[in-house]
Amino acid sequence: MPILALRNISKRFGAHRVLDDVSLAIEPGEVVAIIGRSGSGKSTLLRCINGLERPDSGTIEFAGEAFTPTRRRLRALRRDIGIVFQSYNLFPHLSVERNVTLGPTAAKGVKPDAAAALARKVLRMVDLEDKIAAYPGQLSGGQQQRVAIARALAMEPRLILFDEITAALDAELIGEVIRVLERLAKDGMTMVLVTHEMGFARRSADRILFMHQGRIWEEGPPAKLFNAPQTAELASFIDAVLSVDPTARRLDRFHADAGIAL
Amino acid sequence: MGRSFGTGEFLFLLKAIPWTLALSLGALVGGGVLGIVIALLRTAPARPLRWLTTGYIELFQGTPVLMQLFVVYYGLAVLFNIQVGAWPAVLLAFTLYSGAFLGEIWRGSIQAIPRPQWEAASCLSLSFPQQLWYVILPQAARISIPPTVGFMVQLIKSTSIAAIIGFVELTRAGQLMTNTTFKPMIVYPIVAALYFILCWPLSLLAQRLERRIDAHLGVKKHF
Repeated sequence: MPILALRNISKRFGAHRVLDDVSLAIEPGEVVAIIGRSGSGKSTLLRCINGLERPDSGTIEFAGEAFTPTRRRLRALRRDIGIVFQSYNLFPHLSVERNVTLGPTAAKGVKPDAAAALARKVLRMVDLEDKIAAYPGQLSGGQQQRVAIARALAMEPRLILFDEITAALDAELIGEVIRVLERLAKDGMTMVLVTHEMGFARRSADRILFMHQGRIWEEGPPAKLFNAPQTAELASFIDAVLSVDPTARRLDRFHADAGIAL
Repeated sequence: MGRSFGTGEFLFLLKAIPWTLALSLGALVGGGVLGIVIALLRTAPARPLRWLTTGYIELFQGTPVLMQLFVVYYGLAVLFNIQVGAWPAVLLAFTLYSGAFLGEIWRGSIQAIPRPQWEAASCLSLSFPQQLWYVILPQAARISIPPTVGFMVQLIKSTSIAAIIGFVELTRAGQLMTNTTFKPMIVYPIVAALYFILCWPLSLLAQRLERRIDAHLGVKKHF
């Protein structure tokens, strides 16, 4: 049984149709990467999953239960679905430890001792145990994003959403975040990622969704999608990602990754 | 000629300072409580409450504090036949006045916290009061300290208006001493100097706090 099922989700912002009848089912342990041009509805789709956006029509089911947008139901849902944002959104006035333990202690009633142990555990998972007493302002972007991942992990969610989490990072900091993602994927975490990191998508995703004009235009396992795109839109997107990308670095890495995968 | 301005007259001025401070502090505490309520209601989702508090703020920011004082002191007596003494009248008027300004300062501070902070907190399954308490208010409080201290300086100076209805604080004491000594050019500079001594440390404090908060929140100035 899928852990998450979206059926016929549509959403408009004014006259613009952001999501157009999107249906999607995600199995436990699955890693799904959503790719596509900006404005194709990727982030909106992701934000609909945990109720940050409300679809105009369609249904969402999580763990077999229909999602109703009441405050209480939303809180319950967010105990099980974590999210990591592009701009980290750490709490600047709290230490790394408190950032990580706030959710478990305030929302789940975890005792302070247990929460402290939990913080060490999840920070170890993102290789930042030594930064436990630091404040977000003292960390690099990559470190902040890894704390944000640890913060999501501390809730012990059944699904984590990642919204372009490397898009705001300097090139040299992307790798450390990607490594953490790969580790999580390998450990069997259920993940839905909106990403521009094609190399990562290719290596670690079980399934790729290509979104275009608010629809899931094409989907399938990475090898199939990247090697044999069925639609002109996907073909031109892959082309654009490979050739227009101004950083040769990213191009090189894609080729290197592709070489391993091919 | 009146009396000369001596130690006794100077002491009379000094003894009025506690009343200026009491009025300022009373208005700050009362206005602070009122301000918190207003700030929260102004950012609350319920529309009628928002209108009500907005109207209150517009009214009190858009009229002179002297008129507010008159309305409380004379208005209550004329309209409702309630006789209020000078002290309760000035305390009430300045509390209402402070509430409007502090409420607006604090509303601005709450709304200055970026939306993603609310989102991040709600995505950790925090309830609305928890989001406010753990994430929004601590950050808003830091932002609001400098303008709040700045307002305190303004408030201390504004309390001089209470002299008009005969409440004996520093300015009224100055008036009384001028009446007995006929030496306004000695008395009023001294009164002004005493206000300055009360306000200046607060101004310095506001500046220092502003710098400290920038440093603490890790505001990096590398652009």
